[in-house]
Amino acid sequence: MASVKEEREARAEAVRHIEREKPALEFGSAWEYSPAPESRDHVRLEERYGLFIGGKFVAPKSKKYFATINPATEEKLADVAEAGAADVDAAVRAAEDAYRKRWSKLKPADRGKYIYRIARILQEKSRELAVIETMDGGKPIKESRDVDVPLVVAHFFYHAGWADKLEYAFPRHAVSPIGVCGQIIPWNFPLLMAAWKIAPAIACGNTVVLKPAETTPLTAMALAKVCEEADLPPGVVNIVPGAGETGAAIVNHPRVKKIAFTGSTEVGKIIQRATAGTGKRLTLELGGKAANIIFEDAPIDQAVEGIINGIYFNQGHVCCAGSRLLVQESIADTVLQKLSDRIATLRMGDPLDKNTDVGAINSKMQLDKIRELVACGVEEGAELHQSACAIPSKGFWFPPSFFTGVAQSHRIAREEIFGPVLTVMTFRTPDEAVEKANNIPYGLSAGVWTDKGSKIFQITSKMRAGVVWANTFNKFDPTSPFGGYKESGFGREGGVHGLRAYVELS
Amino acid sequence: MELEVRKTYKLYVGGEFIRTESGRYDPVPDAEGQLLANVSRGSRKDLREAVRKARAAQPGWAGRSAYLKGQILYRMAEMLEGRAESFEELLRETRERTAAAARSEVRAAIDRLVYYAGWSDKYVALLGTVNPVASSYFDFSVPEPTGVVGIVAPETPDLLGLVSHLAPVIVSGNAAVVLLSEKYPLVSLELAEILATSNLPAGVANLISGRKDELVPHLARHMDVNAIADASGSKSLSKSIAEDGAVNVKRVKRYAIADYFAEEAQGLDFIEAFTETKTTWHPIGV
Repeated sequence: MASVKEEREARAEAVRHIEREKPALEFGSAWEYSPAPESRDHVRLEERYGLFIGGKFVAPKSKKYFATINPATEEKLADVAEAGAADVDAAVRAAEDAYRKRWSKLKPADRGKYIYRIARILQEKSRELAVIETMDGGKPIKESRDVDVPLVVAHFFYHAGWADKLEYAFPRHAVSPIGVCGQIIPWNFPLLMAAWKIAPAIACGNTVVLKPAETTPLTAMALAKVCEEADLPPGVVNIVPGAGETGAAIVNHPRVKKIAFTGSTEVGKIIQRATAGTGKRLTLELGGKAANIIFEDAPIDQAVEGIINGIYFNQGHVCCAGSRLLVQESIADTVLQKLSDRIATLRMGDPLDKNTDVGAINSKMQLDKIRELVACGVEEGAELHQSACAIPSKGFWFPPSFFTGVAQSHRIAREEIFGPVLTVMTFRTPDEAVEKANNIPYGLSAGVWTDKGSKIFQITSKMRAGVVWANTFNKFDPTSPFGGYKESGFGREGGVHGLRAYVELS
Repeated sequence: MELEVRKTYKLYVGGEFIRTESGRYDPVPDAEGQLLANVSRGSRKDLREAVRKARAAQPGWAGRSAYLKGQILYRMAEMLEGRAESFEELLRETRERTAAAARSEVRAAIDRLVYYAGWSDKYVALLGTVNPVASSYFDFSVPEPTGVVGIVAPETPDLLGLVSHLAPVIVSGNAAVVLLSEKYPLVSLELAEILATSNLPAGVANLISGRKDELVPHLARHMDVNAIADASGSKSLSKSIAEDGAVNVKRVKRYAIADYFAEEAQGLDFIEAFTETKTTWHPIGV
């Protein structure tokens, strides 16, 4: 009987063999696409952005500005004000003022009308916003255009309608707003995360101080302009770009009543400690390392598309990415071959090109982190498979990749890579799949692929994860609560459950 | 004259009555200050053993039908009813209480068990939703148990306080590790006999007596405890629980309940606090 090591080597050899052979599907060279870049003409970027405080763009008291660049070209797009502690204080005071004097006194239905207005203006500007998002963050235009921005609009539209119906969401309770909410968001879905945070907060009658990530502040600044255009009362939404220190100033500000954070588990734990005993409300949406489980009775071609979407969507910069593929042993060879073929067809390059599947890595820092973990995977003995796609000379890029021969204990199987890197493991029985899927401190999402309905519900109910996709992956909707189990955080965003984070009940 | 057979009060861990592994004890005086009994002073190791048992028991308990869970909680009420007099007597012995006050606490504890028994097959329908997503999916959210929940029980009322926090935690399929009232542990340890005779699977509820200053930090920092119901009533202890809980992103729910007899001391919120919302997406198509 072959040892595990021999088996693994045999499998690795089989994959190497597949890679040496011409791919079964030859898309890459036979069908060249002409460049199809989305136009940037209609996008007007300022040279320099101030902080958005009290309804105005103001120069920062910190006197500091930082450059935000296009990660696909490394060209500077604009200078953006960096909020210091005094600026955060000014923003919190503006938010508190707006909360006391205007927003909490407004008729709930009118709050809703403002938010509907924001949704409509966002729709009008959707093309512009998609282009800015892609330029600032590196994600493919087809994603910012077809996923991010439509979901942004939907989030505002959905929550607008809640403004005057909150008592129906919380029967037997008197519902009131909390006050000033401090919101800190990541760089992977800059505008979408801003929408997830701001829309429910202001619909419930709160005012906000939002910090976009330091590498992707531009769409948040565009959103500030939309708020201005919608005549949203000054101070209801305040936007203060900056890095960790700005975030800390928000978290530690005594007049901030609630913190909502999306980002790494590491920072989430720091925030949880910092808010302990302060009476501040807290919701955390943190890291993930989702299992995507493919059973032998799954529709394999669809499942392969699901794997691709699960891990290469947004360059794998997705907290709920399906980064651990668990494939049943009996179909592992077939799935791996198809996966290998498929990643060879993914087009990596100019994010503004409408045919681009995989864009640029968001920052040099993130690229270094991905490289470090991938090197560690190779060192630990896993086998790396990468698309041979061309890598542009400028910008930050990492080709679609997957690892085979991965053990549960490998760092690449336990830590969030947050890049286009999949780890592949196999299982024999459903129990083993469940055991392996749950054997991780994270619990944000999971995927289950099988054609058998009863099996779907058996397995999905055993996943210790907040969002489970059956025969699909990475689907989002404002009506659908999103959030984690275990170290992936607590609280939900979206749906009826998401409102709970932004109301005081008595 | 008949010679009394005295009871040895032990910890309740994994469905067994055990002495602390540490061999330590604390004397418990009666209302007049006379020695009533010695109780185990639980240790960190006891606590870890309890968490291990709770973790092992939790999935099986969560998998029992809601109907069965309800019947088991109801049986706890039945068992307590049957032993109401002895509980009243012990309450009077341990804390100087009138017969009426002791009786009223036992009645309230029985009522609270009946109350949560009735929730077992209803809270899912009230906390769950079907979500009308804009794409072709059947999308629904249901509450699931958080997992292993640590409970820091209030000092008083020792019996009603314990029942008020334990029942809503376990009714949804969690397993609990409870640090009992430090000053008045006897009635709580007596309650273990109710749990043990109600068909509650071993390990679902584990009761540890001991010193809170010593044990609470270990509970709050334990990496396999998912959540803490903090009814300690101590501001400094609560702050440290909340801080320590961050080590594995614990859900920490602090309770400051002025009157456990009041209707505010029960409700759906007590169950919801220790559930996680799971959203499932299922495609619609042929």
